Amino acid sequence: MAKKIPRQKMREQAPSERIKNFIEVPLGLTEEMAVLEAERCVQCPKPLCVAGCPVNVDIPGFIKLIKERKFQEAIAYIKDYNILPAICGRVCPQETQCEAECIMGKRWEPVAIGYLERFIADWERQNKLKECPDCEAPNNIKVAIVGSGPAGLTCAADLAKYGFDVTIFEALHKGGGVLVYGIPEFRLPKDIVADEIETLKMLGVKVQYNFIIGKILTIEDLREMGFKAIFIGVGAGLPIFLDIPGINLNNVVSANEFLTRANLMKAYKFPDYDTPINIGKVVTVIGGGNVAMDSARIALRLSAEKVIIVYRRSEAEMPARREEYHHGKEEGIEFKFLTNPIKLIGDDAGNVKEMEVIKMELGEPDESGRRRPIPINNSEFIIETDTVIMAIGARANPILTKAIPELKLNKWGYIETDDNGKTNIDDVYSGGDIVTGSATVISAMGAGRKAAKAIREYLLK
Amino acid sequence: MVLDTPLISKKAHAGNFIIIRINEAGERIPLTIADYDRNEGTITIVFQIVGKSTKLLFTLNEGDELLDVVGPLGNKIHIKKYENPVVIIGGGVGIAPCYPQAKELKEAGNKIIFILGARSSELLFWKDKSQAVCDELIICTDDGSEGIKGVVTDPLKEIINREAIDLVIAIGPMIMMKFVVLTTEGKMGLPKVDTMVSLNTIMVDGTGMCGGCRFLTKEGQTYFACVDGPDVDGHTVDFDNLLQRAKIFSAQETQSLSFDEQNCKALNKNT
Repeated sequence: MAKKIPRQKMREQAPSERIKNFIEVPLGLTEEMAVLEAERCVQCPKPLCVAGCPVNVDIPGFIKLIKERKFQEAIAYIKDYNILPAICGRVCPQETQCEAECIMGKRWEPVAIGYLERFIADWERQNKLKECPDCEAPNNIKVAIVGSGPAGLTCAADLAKYGFDVTIFEALHKGGGVLVYGIPEFRLPKDIVADEIETLKMLGVKVQYNFIIGKILTIEDLREMGFKAIFIGVGAGLPIFLDIPGINLNNVVSANEFLTRANLMKAYKFPDYDTPINIGKVVTVIGGGNVAMDSARIALRLSAEKVIIVYRRSEAEMPARREEYHHGKEEGIEFKFLTNPIKLIGDDAGNVKEMEVIKMELGEPDESGRRRPIPINNSEFIIETDTVIMAIGARANPILTKAIPELKLNKWGYIETDDNGKTNIDDVYSGGDIVTGSATVISAMGAGRKAAKAIREYLLK
Repeated sequence: MVLDTPLISKKAHAGNFIIIRINEAGERIPLTIADYDRNEGTITIVFQIVGKSTKLLFTLNEGDELLDVVGPLGNKIHIKKYENPVVIIGGGVGIAPCYPQAKELKEAGNKIIFILGARSSELLFWKDKSQAVCDELIICTDDGSEGIKGVVTDPLKEIINREAIDLVIAIGPMIMMKFVVLTTEGKMGLPKVDTMVSLNTIMVDGTGMCGGCRFLTKEGQTYFACVDGPDVDGHTVDFDNLLQRAKIFSAQETQSLSFDEQNCKALNKNT
């Protein structure tokens, strides 16, 4: 029975339309579609999808409730595992996690777990049925969370549910970390992030914006203020620039800068919003991850005539989500695989005008397990470009770690923790990109969750 | 402008800056802390009206609130007792961030020679305040309307020829800092003197995240003004690259200002 229903197709804005706006690309499933899709789940007694999820959501459990049209119960159930379902339903790489394990996918197509998660979270928000999740009685023990990205939000939510008195300290003027400055509106609408933060406030979590811990307050100050444990979820964040000539020409920017201007500062509304952004006719993005896709698709929406992604490996090695790659291709982004920049050339005013690149071929696998790209002699050519965006990853941000000299770091400056997020300092825990280096929203959430459990054990022992 | 920010004032030091946002559509504006009063819980900022945001900032009245204030950002300067005098050069609005540096260095027992420079007399400010934190005050204006007629490097050359100086601090327009650094790098028949400059670059977050504030050293290494500075060894800085980078958004700055003026005109018509 179940196998006869095809996997429901996500409704989407047409490419020709959506490149003119910042509205979300996928439009969500209808109720009927969601129930049909839920019927496709065969309710495995030993569900592999759950093991594929970094926070082990009981996936068949919430899908069964959707199938029975018990939507309110379904959302409450999912939130026991994942406090940010509207976000995860959109940005988790389900195709390599839960859905990759789905038994239906072995013969047919996997159940669209991400679509269902998104559906149920949107259903609750659109029907304004948000309820305060159940919490344990307040224990009046104060815990500080540094950073309001996915790791911090999850850790804060779990601790609040355990009854702790939680305060989040955020460096920027808006909460959500990479969810607001990094991921664009058309992939994750910002009112959804704001709404998820509202859920945290319902749980009694306090949020202090414009607070850079390590600057305005030290860890010692936090202890004096009565915080009994501190969770650090500040992310990676320091952009990497290629070490090639011309990197400091004008209009060569990090993806962080480009995305922050566009997303957090809403430069796409310039001059109604004051923060400017430079686009020009041709934009070239260097890199093959989600950040590169996001930057390229924003450039297109900011009316670049041509957007090129330059990636040194081939299509198969590209770390971006397939869905985002396909969206980008549909929208007309040009991909130059096996191509590596070697030099940027500017005009008299110091504005970038050309990028010299070299063709690459794949050699033996490197330490990442992917085949190493090797330059092909005498294959250099020129790409004309007005803007260059570097989306080749980030390093550890040193502001906070520099202010805690006793905190143990690894050789790349990331914080060393045990499996539960505990650092070498008794009352300091950490998780997310500042521990692992650049990774995914859901893995940061997983780390936040583990740390919350460990903090509870530490404080209530 | 004096801001009531007790927590920031408690941690503020010479060299630190803050970032403010005036309203929801506003940009993040980095401003160096020009003074702080820990008892009053305040910090002082000094700004020059150059674009839409500073124009708007100027319209605020006593008691108004800024939407966001974050800080203290950047590294504080290294304070110690030098054997020989320290020359501090403030150009234009750069006089303001020089003040706390002079004050803290003076408190550490240093002999301070403070040079204030401006295009003309009416652009000079904080003369008495500066006088109080130095041993010798020199004023120069481009048009000669006050003090020496000339640029700040004229008295600087004289001083470093006259006596041993351990440190020069220069804060002001990029071009002024470039020429101060040229004067003290041990060429032009003058002695070499360590020189610190404060880089006032394009910036978004101020926490090391965007890299918009990056600057090149003469050896070609890239650093970030917000987390590696803003006060840095002037002799290592590639000023030509910084002067070029400062122009990245000049077209938009003009556009933003004229857009703002048109809006004002439209509003006036409606009322």
